[in-house]
Amino acid sequence: MMTLTKAHLAKKVADDCGFLTGEARDIVDKLIGVVRTSLIEGEEVMITGFGKWMVRNKRARRGRNPQTGEELVLDSRRVVTWKYSPVLKRALNEAGK
Amino acid sequence: MNKSGLIAALAKEADLPLRKSEEIVNLVFDTMGKTLIAGDRIEIRGFGSFMVKQYKGYTGRNPKTGEQITVEDKNLPFFKTGKELRDKVDQADL
Repeated sequence: MMTLTKAHLAKKVADDCGFLTGEARDIVDKLIGVVRTSLIEGEEVMITGFGKWMVRNKRARRGRNPQTGEELVLDSRRVVTWKYSPVLKRALNEAGK
Repeated sequence: MNKSGLIAALAKEADLPLRKSEEIVNLVFDTMGKTLIAGDRIEIRGFGSFMVKQYKGYTGRNPKTGEQITVEDKNLPFFKTGKELRDKVDQADL
């Protein structure tokens, strides 16, 4: 099994769209940067056919340190979640059928 | 923000024509989708990672009617937020 990284994406952008590797790396960084900034600003990002990132507010809750059993309060926090697009789910389950 | 918003924002950030930006955004998400379809992982440092979980099918029952149903094997993709993004999102002053 392989893992796709930013370097692979940059290579693909360089080869398919006609950029130098360095330029393509910069473009991929900026693309990810736009998604990041939106999420940090609390805005969701939806890519049709791929999925949607959302920012959720979690309420504070009482928790426990599982090692010591000590009770503690977990503060409210903001988290990023991602939900796959139904199109992607279908494609993932049609492969090999 | 949707895909057209992302295309416009990238065009501005990277000083690219809209058409080029659209080509790139489509290529990147298409490549990511194909990676997951192949069952591979995606890892983008500081942002997050994607992986596909495989679930075995099983025979279940509709609890209301008792009817027997077959749930087939399925593959579902998941995203895990990277530490840097997780911290930034949580600490943002909104």
